[in-house]
Amino acid sequence: MAGRSLGAIAGIGELKPVRRTQGATTLGLIAETVRLAVEDAGLDKDAIDGLLVGPQVGETPQHVPATVAEYLGIQPRMANVVDLGGASGAGMVWRAAAAISAGMCDAVVCVLANTREDEVSRSPNRNPIREFDVPFGASGANISYALPMQRHMAEYGSTPAQFARIAAAARDNAQLNPLAIFYGHPASVDDVLASPIIASPLHLYEIVMPVAGGEAVVVVSAERARGLKHPAVHLLGAGEKVTHRAISQAPSLTSGPLKPAMQQALAQAGVTADAMSLLSFYDCYTIMVAMTIEDAGLCAAGGFGRWIEEHSLGYDGDFPLNTHGGQLGFGQPDLAGGMTHVVEAVRQLRHDAGVRQIRNAQLALVTGNGATVSEATALVLGADA
Amino acid sequence: MTEFESLAVPGPIPTSVSRPFWDAASEGRFTLQRCDACGSWIFYPRSHCPQCWSPRLTWQEASGRGTVKSFSVIHRPGHPGWKVATPYIVALIELTEGPTMLSTLVDVPLDSVRVGMRVAVRFVQVGKFALPMFVPLQSTKEADRVDSTQ
Repeated sequence: MAGRSLGAIAGIGELKPVRRTQGATTLGLIAETVRLAVEDAGLDKDAIDGLLVGPQVGETPQHVPATVAEYLGIQPRMANVVDLGGASGAGMVWRAAAAISAGMCDAVVCVLANTREDEVSRSPNRNPIREFDVPFGASGANISYALPMQRHMAEYGSTPAQFARIAAAARDNAQLNPLAIFYGHPASVDDVLASPIIASPLHLYEIVMPVAGGEAVVVVSAERARGLKHPAVHLLGAGEKVTHRAISQAPSLTSGPLKPAMQQALAQAGVTADAMSLLSFYDCYTIMVAMTIEDAGLCAAGGFGRWIEEHSLGYDGDFPLNTHGGQLGFGQPDLAGGMTHVVEAVRQLRHDAGVRQIRNAQLALVTGNGATVSEATALVLGADA
Repeated sequence: MTEFESLAVPGPIPTSVSRPFWDAASEGRFTLQRCDACGSWIFYPRSHCPQCWSPRLTWQEASGRGTVKSFSVIHRPGHPGWKVATPYIVALIELTEGPTMLSTLVDVPLDSVRVGMRVAVRFVQVGKFALPMFVPLQSTKEADRVDSTQ
């Protein structure tokens, strides 16, 4: 095993994503996801003494950890909200390990889940984005990824087909994951390019499908993980960086905060990105994967297109990328979407991924990304020695 | 661009800090804050300079010119009120003074927009507010109008 274990993921829980929920509550989905993760870890409910949850604007605007803990019937010694958008899942994992190392608790459950009713409530924002972006017709996330994508094409000459290849590869990988929303629905590069333009240059199939779901992991110390139900998956390195909130304030449109976050995580683990068995890269849009490939140093800036043409991204390829289908293939259960990249890495590294198992999987680089390429967390995970 | 004037879409919600920006816009003036201490130009409006944290910021007339850093032609807007204006162009404008702002490009054929294109401000009334949108610099009278104020 490369590097020193900073903590271990002992259990995972995942709900099958669905397009719509009716009458389900966020708290109910959280409870089911937590139950699955703690059972998977082989721990008793009473062993859980740490809780990390996501923000919930709707049902529970404040006191989220206490509300969730009470609902679960646990009394944690450490409880907090991690509010980093799509980086929240990865961000929870190192925070859990840090809290355990600091002696604050022994077993932390990290959970994100969401409902999806027909009525989508509008954001109550009163922030600078609401004042200076929304009035110009820039509501929603799509534009904040279309703008970096257009800039990448102008700066480096990258092509729509190169981006489409990322979406097609995600759909390919989803054909080996029965939980994925696009299981049974592959899409070729031509299919992606034939899908409607939503916000140029983004095609519909380059954008995640919103779904309801839930994802959870249980983090314990490496010592505690020994003798539990599954082989531990170790946290070997972590990095985080927050650079801005609105896309207009981004220091760069073609390189993001994941670059320093991944550099820190890889340096801490003493490994390089090209040594990974699995690249578990946050993929809300194709451009996000393109930027992450470049920011990870797998190729030069602007070179992702040639890189993906030269490599095979399936579980049996030379650079397996998002073997669960990524969020582009699995669906994006809101903030839990980021945690799917952690959960899949755990499956692969404990050799529990079934038909899509990567042979001799040893190392994974997991990324999370929030807001407008604003919030970044990177994790290096390793198999048990 | 009458389709913008009649849009039923969310307008700005000014704060005590940003109010001078919108007041100037209603008079057809494009202003930015500038830091008295370090000279930085600032957008969006803030209480403190994000470079040096000085609270001494002064509103100044700005050029109203910039270049398109990137853009997107919006076919499916995030807010339903914008549907009637589709397809429309959202762009990041790197202002001559330095900061970048997000805005809308108007009076420009969709297929002629390019990264690096030079643009000038044109105020467009949307609801109660005059919004600083942008038009290509070379093809309009905006160039003369902006030049004459410098």
